[in-house]
Amino acid sequence: MKQTSVLKRISESRLLWPLVAWIIILIFDAIVEPGFFELGIIDDPVYGKHLYGNLVDIFNNGAPLMLVAIGMTLVIATGGIDLSVGAVIAISAAMGAVLINPALGNQLITNDILTKNATNTPLPLIILADLAAGTLCGLWNGLLVSRAKIQPMVATLILMVAGRGIAQLITNGQIMTIYYTPYFWFGNGYILGLPVSIYIVAVVLLLAWLLVRKTAIGLFIESVGINAKSTYYSGINEQNVKLLAYMFCGFCGAIAGLILSSYVHSADGNNNGLNYELDAILAVVMGGTLMTGGRFSLFASVIGAVVIWTFTVTVYSLGVPANALLAAKAVLVLVVILLYSDYTRRWINRFFERRGPQHGTTN
Amino acid sequence: MAQRIKPLLLRYGPLLTTFAIFLLAYFIGGRLYPAMQRPQVFFNLFINDSSLLLVAIGMTMVILSGGGGIDLSVGGVIALTSTASAALLRSGVSPYIVIPLMIVMGVAFGAFMGWIIQTLKVQPFIATLMGLYFTRGLAYIISLTSVTITDPVYKNLALTLIYIPFIPNAYVYPTTLVAPLVLLVAIYLSFFTRFGRTLYAMGNNEQSALLMGLSVARTKIGVYAFSGFCSAMAGIVFSMSLLAGYGQFATGMELDAIASVVMGGTALSGGVGNVIGTLFGVLIHGTIVSILQFNGTLSSWWTRIGVGVLTLIFIGIQSLFYMRKKHS
Amino acid sequence: MTEAKNIVKMLGIAKSFPGVVALEDVDFSLRAGEIHALMGENGAGKSTLIKVLTGVEQPDQGTIELDGKLVQVRSPQHSQELGISTVYQEVNLCTNISVAENIMLGHEPYRFGSIHWRKLNELAQRAVNRLNIDIDVTQPLENYSVAIQQMVAITRALEVLSAKVLILDEPTSSLDMHETNLLFDLMRKLKNEGIGIIFITHFLAQVYQIADRITVLRNGKLVGTYETSSLPRVELVAKMLGRSLTELDALSKEKSHEEEKKDKQHLVEAKGLGRTGSLKPVDLELSASEVLGIAGSLGSGRTELAGLIFGIDTPNHGSLIVGGEKVNTFSPLESLKRGIALCPEDRKAEGIVGDLTIRENIILALQARYGWFKFLSMQKQSEIAKKYIQLLGIVTPSPEQLVRNLSGGNQQKVILARWLATNPKVLILDEPTRGIDVGAKTEIQKLVVQLAEEGKSCVFISSELEEVLRVSDRIAVLRDRTKVAEYSGNVDDQTLIHTMAGEL
Repeated sequence: MKQTSVLKRISESRLLWPLVAWIIILIFDAIVEPGFFELGIIDDPVYGKHLYGNLVDIFNNGAPLMLVAIGMTLVIATGGIDLSVGAVIAISAAMGAVLINPALGNQLITNDILTKNATNTPLPLIILADLAAGTLCGLWNGLLVSRAKIQPMVATLILMVAGRGIAQLITNGQIMTIYYTPYFWFGNGYILGLPVSIYIVAVVLLLAWLLVRKTAIGLFIESVGINAKSTYYSGINEQNVKLLAYMFCGFCGAIAGLILSSYVHSADGNNNGLNYELDAILAVVMGGTLMTGGRFSLFASVIGAVVIWTFTVTVYSLGVPANALLAAKAVLVLVVILLYSDYTRRWINRFFERRGPQHGTTN
Repeated sequence: MAQRIKPLLLRYGPLLTTFAIFLLAYFIGGRLYPAMQRPQVFFNLFINDSSLLLVAIGMTMVILSGGGGIDLSVGGVIALTSTASAALLRSGVSPYIVIPLMIVMGVAFGAFMGWIIQTLKVQPFIATLMGLYFTRGLAYIISLTSVTITDPVYKNLALTLIYIPFIPNAYVYPTTLVAPLVLLVAIYLSFFTRFGRTLYAMGNNEQSALLMGLSVARTKIGVYAFSGFCSAMAGIVFSMSLLAGYGQFATGMELDAIASVVMGGTALSGGVGNVIGTLFGVLIHGTIVSILQFNGTLSSWWTRIGVGVLTLIFIGIQSLFYMRKKHS
Repeated sequence: MTEAKNIVKMLGIAKSFPGVVALEDVDFSLRAGEIHALMGENGAGKSTLIKVLTGVEQPDQGTIELDGKLVQVRSPQHSQELGISTVYQEVNLCTNISVAENIMLGHEPYRFGSIHWRKLNELAQRAVNRLNIDIDVTQPLENYSVAIQQMVAITRALEVLSAKVLILDEPTSSLDMHETNLLFDLMRKLKNEGIGIIFITHFLAQVYQIADRITVLRNGKLVGTYETSSLPRVELVAKMLGRSLTELDALSKEKSHEEEKKDKQHLVEAKGLGRTGSLKPVDLELSASEVLGIAGSLGSGRTELAGLIFGIDTPNHGSLIVGGEKVNTFSPLESLKRGIALCPEDRKAEGIVGDLTIRENIILALQARYGWFKFLSMQKQSEIAKKYIQLLGIVTPSPEQLVRNLSGGNQQKVILARWLATNPKVLILDEPTRGIDVGAKTEIQKLVVQLAEEGKSCVFISSELEEVLRVSDRIAVLRDRTKVAEYSGNVDDQTLIHTMAGEL
């Protein structure tokens, strides 16, 4: 009896399946492409000595997705969804670019003005403005959902579409290139040989973990997601809990936008963060959080994001065209949702019926 | 007398409001830009928003069925239909095969999504969101770049002018007539068939509909199939109007469609509203776009933002209306 | 006149669910042209018996005969085809479409491939006229009161589904006296036409008004079937409770020695407290060390009153004074801080958070009071959870069990524990023993009396008069969304029933 309970504990742990999925993909990579795991150290003229290789790329490029996944986890846990994360990334990137650009205003931007390694606004202020913009978007979504009681899907859909319009407005419809080198550090820099972005993810993850597990907020979020009414009747301000979740998601989106635009040295209102919501939902679902809300695990979602990014990198390195990826991912999300759904659970239970009803509900 | 007016007002209020707002918007447009007073501008609304009207009709039926019903895949199906048609036509397949094939594909895909929603109990917005990415992904697989259509049948349908009798200098294209036809079909379905009445019943109370012996499961799958049909038709019309197929067609159309439906007085919770309101919702959308075009200085990004804000306002008005109904 | 035949005959019905025996060897028969009341406390098995008859559940044992023929009712659809129709408390119709459509839904007349509306409306109007219901069938259903909606449901059952057996599940719970009489007129008319009606209710007066026979269930077993005319009311109550008359007598005297406590401080005062549309102005006082019972049928405003005192709804009339201070903000959190607690009526939807553990459910409200940042340590949480598991006798292998896996009685105890953990001064319980087995019921009732003895003020809301009488020191009666009377705990049930029915 004791042995099965340990096995059961492991199988029920949220971290298991995403880890298993990741290991499977890595094994696949190791077999098909032996050079995949090569890690080397190179001495970069700008950033000094640092690690180099596919694995490093996965974590560096996957950082924005990991961040968005963290934020999205909390929102989904409250029983909602945030379809606007891609737009928030675009807005945040646009804000960064615009604040840097030495020639502000509505004038058509010409190249000779831009190519200065200078900024109109000090870097700390840019970061602050960025984070504020993202959090404000989250506040907007959160108010629509918690106060105006609009369905999360519709509420965030509005920003998803209108948000890109806002990003375009900020950049005057142009793709803005950034020349201010200190800005590049977030997406391209290294500390102790590892990419800066990983550290950022680690800090945000730690912050989020402290926020939800070392305070009552995590319990409240799960409670709201499972049964908002009972939670309200127990004296919890479920509106504010939801509001916080959306604001935090916007916050994460802002940081993701910062890293992304830093990495590509530009801001593109149309393409920044495109389809990130799909990947984020996939990551969260893989991490075992139900779409209907309730129990969640930040770590599992992050691992889910890593899985998706590894999958993406693997697919690219195999030469499969990027456009095929979109369709494949869509199918993947559905499959994962089904695997975790009640339907499958019941099917599996029927399969293993010989043990008899153990978790039967009595009423 | 006042007693009789109040329930009538509450019942037809949203529809009247939508109609009034359309008239108002059009009137304002005409005042601001005298060029807008030409009759052709009105017909241009139908020409330009043909596809939008089609998907909005399908969207209306899906939303009416309640239970969080929505179809986010409409834009993707349009993109897929356009690229698939263009590719097939380019390789010599007859348009008389291509068009029915696209319709079948749309219906089948819609039914499949409906099946996932009904039988596997996946939330509609997730299932159709995945449908959106899947179809658009497929469209990109078929071709990354725009594919031109040179087929003569398509060209004829796209470019032939049909002059409106009694109104000088006013015309539409054959493709423009598709949406109003489908609208009539939708009206028939909504008000004169058991299918439509089941939709309204389900939207109000799915549990009751089940207990009353209605075939809820079949109707739910059916309504998504119908939406797939509308999206496929919209894709055909789209590809005809632009004589091209492209994976990036109709991005963001899902929000425009939802906005039109909401502006037309259909409640997102289901059971209330109808396709006639949606017609006016689409017309309002078209009028606003026209005004922006006539203005010329505001960038098109404002349309996106504008539509978003308008949707919001209408959802707000709706909930006010239904709040008052509850308390009266 | 020949003896009326049985349209329905159920023999030896048995049905069990995991952990609970719902029905054991129950016989039930329904004659054509009779109104047969089915009675029993909550958990007695009434609804399970009906579910078996209507094909929602399959019996483990026993047979069902319709018109003398053995049948197996496979599904609710099938039972409708067999001529059995049910009208539930929450009228299962669609309010957004017309009355006529609701009646004809699924059986609309067609012409040339489309619905023939004129004919549909004609048929519906005729059906409704035949049953002496005076309404315009083209109006949307939501324009009519619940009473009319119920009659529309009955019309549908009879006219469209050709029902021979009509099951009415607590039909009068939301009706006032006039509407109830209208319903009864209809029922008598149908009875004369040979329809058999099963009338499920807990209103004793109404049973004696309209039923021909009464069947009493208790703890899943059949107590007996009686002719109404030969069963005095007190005996009926005794049979439902399973006690002899003398026992009943003794019970109600149990609390009398507590009554002489003068000088009770008013913990809560409601002055003209009301909210448009849900509660008309009510005056009420809650004092320490007493149990205030609130009696009244569903729809009388009991839950709304509880909601106003606890702050779920904001009153727009009158005032609420708690601990001498006037309340300005109404929210559960505010009430929690002031020491008021509410165990809501709907355990599943408003009480438990099913996928959280027992421990998490128990400390939830307490944590709400501490706020977001003062998180109770795991050790403290376990302590509190274990304390109440033991105190209330919650049956579970561990505090980490998910609450949704518990039985109804244990779930109720968890919710009770949640509020007791906050050490409230006022504890409002809305139908705390509904759907719970008799053993747990008694435990909870004893607990309530004990809490009062410890100095708390308990408000006990229940539709079961026997319960209310058993535990209360004072009883307030609500009817038609306002308070109509207040009695001492020793009032006899006759007075209560008459007051509730509006005859006093």
